[in-house]
Amino acid sequence: MLKDLFSRWPVIQQIRTRSAGTGAEAWSDRTRNLKPKTAGCDVSRGVCPYCGVGCGQLVYHKDGELISIEGDPASPISRGHLCPKGANTHQLHTHPGRLKKLKYRRPYATDWEDLDLDTAMGMIADRVWETRERTFEETRDGQSLMQTTAIAHLGGATLDNEENYLIKKLFTGGLGMVCISNQARI
Amino acid sequence: MPGLGTSVGRGGATTAQQSLADSDAILIMGSSMAEQHPVGFQWVVEARERGCRVIHVDPRFTRTSACADMWVPLRAGTDILFLGALIRYVLENDRWFKDYVVHYTNASTILREDYVDAEDGAGLFSGWDDEKKQYTPETWLYEGSEPKQSGGSHAGHHPAGGGHAKDRGGEAGHSEQFETDETLQHPRCVFQVLKRHFARYTPELVERSCGIPKDVFLKVAETYIAASGPQKTGCICYAVGWTQHSTGVQIIRAAAILQLLLGNIGRPGGGILALRGHASIQGSTDIPTLYDILPAYMPMPFFEDDAKNFEAYVKKHTTEAGLWSKFETFMVSFLKAWYGDAATKENQWGFNYLPRVTGDHSELGYWLDMADGKLDGLFVMGQNPAVGAPNGRLQRKAMANLKWLVVRDLVETETASFWKDSPEVERGELRPEDIGTEVFLMPAAGPAEKSGSFTNTQRLLQWHNKAVDAPGDARSELWFAYHLGRMLKERAARERNAKNAALNALTWAIPTRGSVGEPDAESVLAEINGRNLTTGKLLSTFEDLKNDGSTMSGCWIYTGVMPEEGRNRANIREAKDSLGHGWGFAWPKDTRIIYNRASARPDGTPWSEEKKFVWWDSEKREWTGKDISDFKKDMPPDHKGDLSKGGLEALDGDKPFGMHPDGRGWLYVNSGLKDGPLPTHFEPLESPVRNPLYPAHQTNPPTNKKERPDNRYANSPGDPRFPFVLTTYRLTEHHTAGGMSRALSHLSELQPELFAEISPELAELTGISPNDWVTIVTPRALISARALITARMSVLEIEGRQIHQVGLPYHWGWKGLVTGDVANDLLALSQEPNVRIMETKGLVCNLIPGRHPAGHAALDELHELLEERP
Repeated sequence: MLKDLFSRWPVIQQIRTRSAGTGAEAWSDRTRNLKPKTAGCDVSRGVCPYCGVGCGQLVYHKDGELISIEGDPASPISRGHLCPKGANTHQLHTHPGRLKKLKYRRPYATDWEDLDLDTAMGMIADRVWETRERTFEETRDGQSLMQTTAIAHLGGATLDNEENYLIKKLFTGGLGMVCISNQARI
Repeated sequence: MPGLGTSVGRGGATTAQQSLADSDAILIMGSSMAEQHPVGFQWVVEARERGCRVIHVDPRFTRTSACADMWVPLRAGTDILFLGALIRYVLENDRWFKDYVVHYTNASTILREDYVDAEDGAGLFSGWDDEKKQYTPETWLYEGSEPKQSGGSHAGHHPAGGGHAKDRGGEAGHSEQFETDETLQHPRCVFQVLKRHFARYTPELVERSCGIPKDVFLKVAETYIAASGPQKTGCICYAVGWTQHSTGVQIIRAAAILQLLLGNIGRPGGGILALRGHASIQGSTDIPTLYDILPAYMPMPFFEDDAKNFEAYVKKHTTEAGLWSKFETFMVSFLKAWYGDAATKENQWGFNYLPRVTGDHSELGYWLDMADGKLDGLFVMGQNPAVGAPNGRLQRKAMANLKWLVVRDLVETETASFWKDSPEVERGELRPEDIGTEVFLMPAAGPAEKSGSFTNTQRLLQWHNKAVDAPGDARSELWFAYHLGRMLKERAARERNAKNAALNALTWAIPTRGSVGEPDAESVLAEINGRNLTTGKLLSTFEDLKNDGSTMSGCWIYTGVMPEEGRNRANIREAKDSLGHGWGFAWPKDTRIIYNRASARPDGTPWSEEKKFVWWDSEKREWTGKDISDFKKDMPPDHKGDLSKGGLEALDGDKPFGMHPDGRGWLYVNSGLKDGPLPTHFEPLESPVRNPLYPAHQTNPPTNKKERPDNRYANSPGDPRFPFVLTTYRLTEHHTAGGMSRALSHLSELQPELFAEISPELAELTGISPNDWVTIVTPRALISARALITARMSVLEIEGRQIHQVGLPYHWGWKGLVTGDVANDLLALSQEPNVRIMETKGLVCNLIPGRHPAGHAALDELHELLEERP
């Protein structure tokens, strides 16, 4: 052990390798064992969720935790780059202000309260059903109408194609909701 | 979208960002690309390094201008004047690409005798109904085109229409019937009409009204126009700086006319790059969460118009030539996707399960209904209208009329908590105790926590793969929609009546997995792609769709993304070339530059070696080259169109724009746009300047201002209470209404505070010092921001007087790590005639040094400034 210590002593290294003492020979064990935070991680191929450029992202994760989200050099569009927003996609997922619990506000209440997800889903289904029962029109002037204008939807440009497909299919194709819109116009 | 859709056939960018590297000139206007699409901008930088000239036209000098060869400041709202002057310059100086224009556009098509141009109508085209405030397009049709008499309104001109459907492409008449004069001399041919229409858009007018000196304009014209012809191409990049105007669609039309005249569409380094702003906003119009369309731009049935029965609906929307002659096939296959076995030939394929459109069900339309207490419930998923929508005060007060509200997002947005801490509550206009809205705020999964596809600005589908589970209660929208649907369908199965018929008919068999029951996104994509229902096999091309119910496809323009089991092309990342073949899937058919037939001469050979892209291989008898051909692969260049065959074979072999019934790019749009067949300059709804060309019509005639007490406008032109022009925009470091950026410390640190950009001249005029508080007032609201005094805001000389402009980024709201007033409170809720988009880029305001008071006193001050009693 003494011999080992001796050989690792920076001065001895310096003499041996005739170097300046500022390089690898001066490294501590800690430095020598440093790895990028992404070492040993799994990688998923992702796409930036911000603007319409569609930069490729490499999503590093380990044991169910997101470790880092970086640019994908293989993307023919972005070639590994990310702008400040895309480069901050990891924080988008992990910042302390991120919603993790459902919040519920009773009519006329002055604050939020807790509510479990399953109960909320049931209540929302009830609200949709009730409003629809009251407002749905099957026909008008003898022609098929199959519509309610009392429930509306907003959103889509930040969602997946598959999500927009199911939303439109259920809301319009199933429930007869015609008031559907999102950020897109043009 | 209708701007591009009516001009060239599809409402989307015609090229890929990487193709910019091949441009000889790039015009960036209505966009600050370096700031809003920064990584895409690397391709502009590449182009510049290869000698491309980059021109940036913008009221402000931005980071994009700093990277350009020329920055041209102009008065916000005068884009059509500028583009029209470029068009005129090209025509007057004979600089148009002759072979391209004669063969590939409708320049030679002859118009009717009773067509009256805006130039001869003091700003109005023929067909204007002053009572209804709308046009009927019959007189705009080509000579010889029988008008379609299918009852109801002309397609594309319905008062309830939203401008997104395919019927924006000339369905008012049989536009496959027409006559041409290929010498372009006939006084009523499109070419001559175009010349007369833009005759007064002179460099002198540009100087007087845009504020661009004549020599600068001429330099821009010469620079950009030089990039045209067999060996050169130029690209135009635009974003919401063009679309968010009351003439937005026509601005884009003007760009399309310019690019068609210069022969740039469908060629490498050419085209029009519509720079869209959200990760999948292209996807959200292709597979639309929009009211007026079904997937793949097929129109929603409109009550009392085309919806009597399936036959009438199909007849109205089918064209005799071009790709849309297959409309019935696409529609039947779509209905089979949604309604499966419940869609049969006997029940018109389930056509009557679809609801009918009866009015303006767009966001701005139904929000006004909400303000008037007519809506019960609202879902908001990944959007923040309390900050992002125009006239924020109206938006937020309207939500207080809802019975219930479901908000799904990553953070608690201003929309979710309007009842608790909005400015209206702070001012005492609303009290939580009086707001009966029941609110469910549901945590959403982030993109790394779910699998699915985005469609980016160049029509490219890319799959993101789930890496980790979403935390706690957070779920994907796929989970939410699927399980809500499952629960509602379970109930409908127990209550089988006419009202629940569609819900019971809906196919909803999606496998789920894992502890939360996450639906399998790839099985949804498979439905979108489409299958042969007899063999069960996935389809590899929409050409295999049938109209007999044996195929299904949820969105036919996406067919081919999943051509066989286990092969999700959106998730394949093996780029073979710079355009990215092998990486993702671009609709249609993985074509990267659409209309690429135009990259070859009429005879099928390349225009030049430099710009060789797609060409005819006369040995193999097929189109070949650097991209999938956006053309029938085996149709030779000398094919003579056979109308009896319909479809693409009804078109000649030298007609690249197969979505149009005549196969041509449309310089002139014979029907489908509510505000005219040609772009015409009108002032923004609020302006300090009178319309220099058509003083009798200050603003775009069919625009809907939705003027009401809670949505007021300045007097125009020249309201002395609001002497300055205001324009709003974005920053690189924040994203839209702030939920994805102002909650994050790194981004908040980069841009911590709302500011207003003011020129030194204007600062002196109004007594504002750097970093002081300044209050900006419009007829809707007042807000306060820090004054950023900068020479980057141009002061322009317009008709002999100085016009000052103020700039405001719109990202701030009252929640998050960095907060500020809501800039969009200043905007009016207006609707451009075709797509109902609001006007954010040119309005009027006043500036007052100092910060507005807190509480109700702010409203008192507003009423005082509006010179009225509260």
